[in-house]
Amino acid sequence: MAILIDETTPVLIQGFTGRIGNFHAGEMIDYGTNVVGGTTPGKGGQTHLGRPVFNTVKGAVQETGAEASIIFVPPPFAADAIMEAADAGIKYCTCITDGIPAQDMMRVKRYMRRYKADLKMRLTGPNCAGTISPGKAMLGIMPGHIYTPGRVGVVGRSGTLGYEAASQMQAHGIGISTSVGIGGDPINGSSFKDILQLFEEDPDTDAVVMIGEIGGPQEAEAAEWARSHMKKPLMAYVAGLSAPKGKKMGHAGAIVQAFGESAQEKVEIIREAGHTIIPNPASFGETVEAVLSGKKAAA
Amino acid sequence: MDIHEYQAKELLAKQGIRLPRGGLAYSPEQAAYRASEIGGESWVVKAQIHSGARGKAGGIILCKSEKEVEDAAEKLLGARLVTHQTGERGKMVGRLYIEETVQIDREIYLGFVLDRKEERIMIVASGQGGMEIEEISEKEPDSIVRQVVDPGVGMLDFQARELAFGLGLDGALIGKAVQAIMGCYRVFRDYDASMLEINPLVVSHDEIYALDCKMSFDENALFRRPEISELRDKSQEDPRETFASDRGLSYVGLEGNIGCIINGAGLAMATLDMIKIAGGEPANFLDIGGGASPERVAKSFRAVLQDKKVEVVLVNIFAGINRCDWVAEGVAKALDEVGVPVPLVVRLSGTKVEEGRRILAEKAPSVIVADTLKDAAEKAVAAWKGGKSASEAA
Repeated sequence: MAILIDETTPVLIQGFTGRIGNFHAGEMIDYGTNVVGGTTPGKGGQTHLGRPVFNTVKGAVQETGAEASIIFVPPPFAADAIMEAADAGIKYCTCITDGIPAQDMMRVKRYMRRYKADLKMRLTGPNCAGTISPGKAMLGIMPGHIYTPGRVGVVGRSGTLGYEAASQMQAHGIGISTSVGIGGDPINGSSFKDILQLFEEDPDTDAVVMIGEIGGPQEAEAAEWARSHMKKPLMAYVAGLSAPKGKKMGHAGAIVQAFGESAQEKVEIIREAGHTIIPNPASFGETVEAVLSGKKAAA
Repeated sequence: MDIHEYQAKELLAKQGIRLPRGGLAYSPEQAAYRASEIGGESWVVKAQIHSGARGKAGGIILCKSEKEVEDAAEKLLGARLVTHQTGERGKMVGRLYIEETVQIDREIYLGFVLDRKEERIMIVASGQGGMEIEEISEKEPDSIVRQVVDPGVGMLDFQARELAFGLGLDGALIGKAVQAIMGCYRVFRDYDASMLEINPLVVSHDEIYALDCKMSFDENALFRRPEISELRDKSQEDPRETFASDRGLSYVGLEGNIGCIINGAGLAMATLDMIKIAGGEPANFLDIGGGASPERVAKSFRAVLQDKKVEVVLVNIFAGINRCDWVAEGVAKALDEVGVPVPLVVRLSGTKVEEGRRILAEKAPSVIVADTLKDAAEKAVAAWKGGKSASEAA
């Protein structure tokens, strides 16, 4: 098992025939993801990459039984695409789109409250690289070959920094159960805590790496939650030591506005909650290796 | 994106919020003329810069005659004001706002933010206006009242009323405060603001006025707010950042000497951290984005080299969807086109890394190639220190 997706999950691509959707759909199919079709309003009935195209997500779910979706829809229409997926009965959706207005995301989160817990779609992103369960399925834009299958869970905001961590772990012979991107926006579908909960419950994950950054309360909240709810070791890195206050560092959400949002302050909070700090971005591999071998030695 | 006080006030005026009478001036003569137009016996000359705390920096001057207005304008126009929000370079004063003075019976703080914990618009208010909100939360935390807006229905009158009563207002002021609060909410909602702050909102002769106002807007929503995009004032931005943003690059100017070109915001922040840990100081944050095409690489070099403090450039690309051989071609091409007069450290990782390194060795032999993130940061810092000691020796 892994979390969120595996090789059996039927996947729908929203924004299937666009330039970006088309390219990454091909990559995902090559990786072995069970892509069952896609949507592009107005192109329903066509076939693309050997899969059917639908006008609506509802129609696609009815015909294909899709359970997960990935969104490549441009920013002005992406929030609508997320809500369409939620309403069509998609169970898990990741939104790759960067540049969705914050007020649109507020509406998305409000809209999703209309569903009871067991019918509510899980959303990760927007502005993320997606999710991969190595060796099983890829629902994202990451280079699949840098991820080795294994038993460490990874959750992070940034795409390329996640790649850096995955390839360092690969170089140390450490595999990953699932790697989840929660995205760099101020309002996102799932928080660090939400994903840590899934990893804690997953029998195939032994330890978790959290890759945070400046801005917002989520790293601290996750560290606090994990202190009393997580038995598996949690390791964390927080990017942005040199970020000046009030400056947006690339991601819409990477901005220090309040106390507790700087990298230094977050590191202190996480350390104080009893978790392992990954001291710098060149030490993902060695820190994870040390924690895993310590765990084995202790057991 | 930030806008000026006078621009923010124009948006508030459209929503019926009471403001002191005022006018914009670009010259001392115009400032004096504005004062005579407004009338009365005293005025404030307010420097229009994108920063709070202008008063403490000498950017707000109380004047008792048109002559004083003219002198104040003379002093402020063209000056650079340094506040704790501007950084040491400060911000250039190019516009002034001349405003009538208003008798202040009470000062109130009123702020609207996108609260990241609630994931909703939050209104924060305090009867202790005039101080910054950080100071209020430290000294008078009990004076703060809050409301969170449900995006399904928007802000409701009763919420504004609760705020007004919570601020200790009464009588006819309640209705007027509710009007002001709801007006601010509409501005915030309708223009996709990310921050709106009125500090102070004042009670004066049983009326409520917005004396000062700061607003920022969600850059992701500017595509649907052309009236806000037009308010951009590039003179208030770091010129390095303007150059980069005009070319579609995500760039933040910093104070160090190691220029950086990286793909991905998180990896960029992490690379900056690594430079600091290795004993250097980055000159900038630059996320080249997913593509890293030769054109974008060339643009990035131009943006980084705009900053004359740059003594070394570090390129760190994790080619996922990209391929290292393409990126290497891009770097070689950019070197030919742009010319990089400082040591250049390049770290490539990911798909086709061997081919990428071979291309660099062939086409750009002067490049210092690094294997890992740590190696890249250390080599960049060493090249910077090497350059420094060489120039000191000379």
